[in-house]
Amino acid sequence: MIATLRVVLQLAFRNLLAARLKTFIVGGIIFFGSLIVTVGGSLMDSVVTGMSRSIIGTLAGDIQVYSAKSKEDLALFGSMGGADADLAQIEEYETIKKTIEGVPNVAQIVPMGLSNALVTSGNTIDLVLEKLRNAVRKQLAGDHSPTIAADIESQKHHVQQIIHVLQAEQKTGEAVLDQRKVTQDDRDNAAALKRAGDPAFWAGFDRDELNALEFLENKIAPQTSDSDLLFMRYVGTDMDLYRKSFDRFHLVDGTTIPEGHRGFMFSKFFYEERLKLKTARRLDKIRTAILEKHEKIKDDPELQRMVRENQKETREVLLQLDAASSAKMATLLAQALAAPAAHTIAGADPALKTGTDNLGKLLGTFFATDDDNFLKRYDFFYAKLAPLLELYRIRVGDTLTIKAFAKTGYSRSVNLKVYGTFEFAGLDKSPLAGAVNLMDLVSFRDLYGFLTADSQKAVQDLKAAAGGRDIDRKSAEADLFGGGSGDQIVATAVSPAPEALQDTLPDLASATTKLHRDHSADRAYDLGELQRGVVLNAAVILNDHAKLDQTIADISAAAQRDHLDLKVVSWKDAAGLIGNLVLVFQVVLFVAVLVIFLVALVIINNALVMATLERVREIGTLRAVGAQRTFILGMLVIEAAVIGLVFGGLGAAAGSLIVLLLNATGIPATTDVLNFFFSGPALHPFVNVHYVLAAIGIVLLVSTLSSLYPAWLAMRISPRQAMGAEE
Amino acid sequence: MSSIVSVRGAVKDYALGDVLVPALRGVDLEVGEGEFLSVAGPSGSGKTTLLNLIGCVDTATSGVVEVAGKNTSQLSERELTNLRLHTIGFIFQSFNLVSVLSVLQNIELPLLLQRSLTAPQRLTRIERLLDRVGLKGYGPHRPSELSGGQRQRVAIARALVTNPKIVLADEPTANLDSVTGENILSLMRELNRTERTTFIFSTHDAKVMAHASTIVRLADGKVLERVSQPPQALAAGGHPR
Repeated sequence: MIATLRVVLQLAFRNLLAARLKTFIVGGIIFFGSLIVTVGGSLMDSVVTGMSRSIIGTLAGDIQVYSAKSKEDLALFGSMGGADADLAQIEEYETIKKTIEGVPNVAQIVPMGLSNALVTSGNTIDLVLEKLRNAVRKQLAGDHSPTIAADIESQKHHVQQIIHVLQAEQKTGEAVLDQRKVTQDDRDNAAALKRAGDPAFWAGFDRDELNALEFLENKIAPQTSDSDLLFMRYVGTDMDLYRKSFDRFHLVDGTTIPEGHRGFMFSKFFYEERLKLKTARRLDKIRTAILEKHEKIKDDPELQRMVRENQKETREVLLQLDAASSAKMATLLAQALAAPAAHTIAGADPALKTGTDNLGKLLGTFFATDDDNFLKRYDFFYAKLAPLLELYRIRVGDTLTIKAFAKTGYSRSVNLKVYGTFEFAGLDKSPLAGAVNLMDLVSFRDLYGFLTADSQKAVQDLKAAAGGRDIDRKSAEADLFGGGSGDQIVATAVSPAPEALQDTLPDLASATTKLHRDHSADRAYDLGELQRGVVLNAAVILNDHAKLDQTIADISAAAQRDHLDLKVVSWKDAAGLIGNLVLVFQVVLFVAVLVIFLVALVIINNALVMATLERVREIGTLRAVGAQRTFILGMLVIEAAVIGLVFGGLGAAAGSLIVLLLNATGIPATTDVLNFFFSGPALHPFVNVHYVLAAIGIVLLVSTLSSLYPAWLAMRISPRQAMGAEE
Repeated sequence: MSSIVSVRGAVKDYALGDVLVPALRGVDLEVGEGEFLSVAGPSGSGKTTLLNLIGCVDTATSGVVEVAGKNTSQLSERELTNLRLHTIGFIFQSFNLVSVLSVLQNIELPLLLQRSLTAPQRLTRIERLLDRVGLKGYGPHRPSELSGGQRQRVAIARALVTNPKIVLADEPTANLDSVTGENILSLMRELNRTERTTFIFSTHDAKVMAHASTIVRLADGKVLERVSQPPQALAAGGHPR
C-alpha cells in the first residue's frame, strides 16, 4: 500500500513537473485563492476585532440589555434614520442588576441611558455684557475699589469694540444688500447700532448703567449671531463604573465626574470640533493634513478653502478682543508680518475703529498661509495670539445648561458642571465614537423626564402641601363624586378656612422653588439613588469574552426566571448599523471566496480534463502494463491534491507574509469611518491561523473535487487505447 | 510442448455505431511456451484484435481465450489487470514510454505496480536488462533523448522486467526503419531464446515474419494457415544464433 502510494506520489510529482503549464495555470488559481482567503480572512478578522474593540470598549460592553417592550432595537452607534432608538424604560435598575450579576461569567453591569440634548454655548457679547453687569452691580452695591472701576472700563471698551465690528459688517452688508428688501427689523438694528456706537451713549452710560445694559442686551446682543445651539448625543451612566469597565475611555483634560456628583464630560472630538474657535480648529486641521497626510495647500482645494475662510472670518477673533488685547494683537501681528504698526496702537477710543479695521486686515494677511509659512504661523498663533483669546466657548470647569425634550413632551433642563474632556483611545479622530458625551445617570433621568428620588420627594411635599392625595383607581369614582360617604368628602374639601389656605401657599411656593433649585450644578446625590432609579439600557461586561453566546443565553434565562421583560443582545446587535457591518463584511468575504472557488473549480476541472485527454495513451499504457483503475483514480486525485497543497500552501504563506508586512507598515485609516473600523489611526492586521488553515483546507478540497471528474474519465480509459499507432 | 495461450473459436464483434463489425470470426490458436510467433496479415485482418484478446485488454464476444491456463472471459476487470501485470509484457507500436519518467523509471514501473521487489532488487534487474538491450548507462535519460530504436529497446526492457511468460508486440517495428527493425527483431529473438519467454508479435512485413518460428496468417478474421519454420530458415535470414 505504502509502495503504491509512493509510486502514485512519484508519478504525480513527475507529471506536475513535466506538465508545467497545466501545473502553473491550476496552481496559479489555487495560489491566489488561498492567498485571498488568508489575506481577506485575516484582514476581515482584524477589522472585526478592531471594530469589536471600538464597540465593546467604548459604549456597548459585551452584552446590552434593555426592555423588551421597546418599540425599536437598541442602536448605540446610530441607526438608519439617525434618531436614537425609542427604548422603553427599565423601571427598577436594581432588580435587573441583581438578576444579571448572578449569572456566571458576568464581571460588571453598567447602567446607561442614551439620549440627545441641546446646549447653548455662550454668545460673545452676552458673556461680555454679563461680566459688565456683574461689575456694575458690585459697584452699585458699594464696591468702589479701583479694580472694579478698571474692570468696568475694560468691559465697556470690549463692548465698544464689538459694536465697531458690527458696524463695519453692517457697512459691508449695506453695500451688497438690495435696498428694497431692507425690513423694518434691519432699520431698527441699524438705529440701535448707531446709538450704541455714538460716543454720547457711552458718555451717558455711567449715569444709568442698568438701562444702558438692558438696551445693549436686548438690541445689540441679538445682532451677533455667533452663538450656536449645539445638538449632541450623550450617555448618562454611573461614571465610576463606566470608567472602570470601558478600557477605551481615556481622560484628556480636567477630571472625571466625582463619585456621587452630577456633572458632564465632553468627548474631546466633539469639544474640538464644535466648541473650539473655528479659526483655531481650521489651523489644526490644515496642520494635520500637512504633517500627517502630507498634503499641500497649493494642491488641495479643501485646504485652500480653509485658508480662505480663516482670512475672511476674522470676526470671531475680533469680537473676543477688548481694546487692550486688540492693540496687543495688532502689535504682535505687525511684528510678525513686519508691517508698520505705529498708528495701530493708539489705543484710545477715536483710534479704536482704525485699529479694528487694521487688525482685521492684519489677521487676514496673517492667515493667508501657504505651504512655506503655514507651520511658522501656526506656532505663532498658538504661542502669541492664542493667550489673548478664548479658544473654547465652554471651558472645563464651566457650568453648562443642557436642555432636552423629555418623553413627557415638556422641555427639561439641567445645569451641569463640565468636569473634563475624554477620548476613546485610538478613536480620537473618529466622529462615530467621538459624537457621544458623558453625563451622570441621575441628571440623565432628570433630562429624560424621569423623576429622581429627590424630585419625587419634592412632588410629594407639593402634594402634601396642596392637600392632594393619591386615589386608587378602583375607588376613584366613589372618592371623587361621592359614594355613600359623599357628604363627608365635601366637608373635608371645604373644611380649611380661607386663612389656613393662605398659610399653605408660601409652603407650596417654597417647595416649587426647591424642586427647581435641586437641578443645580454641583448637587451631590446618594449612591443608592443610582441603583434605584430608571435606566434605558445596561452594558454587561464579561470575564471571558469568548463565551458571549452562552452568557447571552444564561442572562435571558435568568431574566425569564425572574420575570424581567428584557432583551439581551450582543455588542454586534446593540451597535446598530455599524454592528451589522461586521456581518456584511463576513457575508461579502464569504460570497467572494465562494465565487472565486466556484470559478476555480470550473477552471481547474477544465484544465484537468484537457490534461487527462492529452494523457490517454499514457494512462492506457499504465493500464495495459497492469495498473488497476483505482491506481489511475488515485494518481489523478493525488496529483490535484498535491497541486492544491503545494500552491495552496505557497498562497497561504504569501498571504501571511503580506499580512505580516501590513502589520509592520499598518494600513492607514484614511477616512473617519475607517478610523472606527480599524480602532485607531491604522490597522495592523494579524495573521489568523484559522484562516491560513482554512485556506489550505479549502484549496485542498477544491482541487480534489475538481479532479474527480477528470479522474473518473481517466479511470474509464481502456488499455486498448494504448495500442495502435500514434495519432 | 504445452500451450501457454489457447484460443478456441474466438469471435469478436465491434459495435461501430449501430452496425456490428466482425473483427474475428472464430479463431483457433495454440501457442506453445517459448514460441516466437508472428501473427501476419493485411490491415483489418484481425491481428490487433487477436493480440488484444491474448493480452487480456479485451475479451471475446464468444469462444474461449485461455492465457496461462486461465479463461479470460471468466475473469473480472481487476483479475485481468493482475493477469497482465504478472504474466504478460507489452511492446507497443509507438513505444508508449511515459515521457515524464526516465528510462530507468519507465522500466521500473511494472515492478512498482507488482510491489514484490525491494528497490535494490529492482535496480539490479533493470541494470541487467538495460545491459541486455544494449542501453547500459542510459537509465537516467528521458525517452525524448533517445532514437526510435533505442526507445523500443527501452519498451522491450519494460516488457521483460517482470519476467513475464508472454510478451505481446503489436507491430513492434512499424515505426522504425528497416535496419533498426531488424535489430529489434534480432534482440527479441535472442531474448526469446535466452529468457525462454514466449513472444507473440504481429506484423505485415515479410522480412519481420522471417524471424518467427511460427507464422500464423490471418485474413478477414480467420486463420488462413499456420506455418512452422525450421531453424535453418531463420539462419537464412542472416542472423546468427
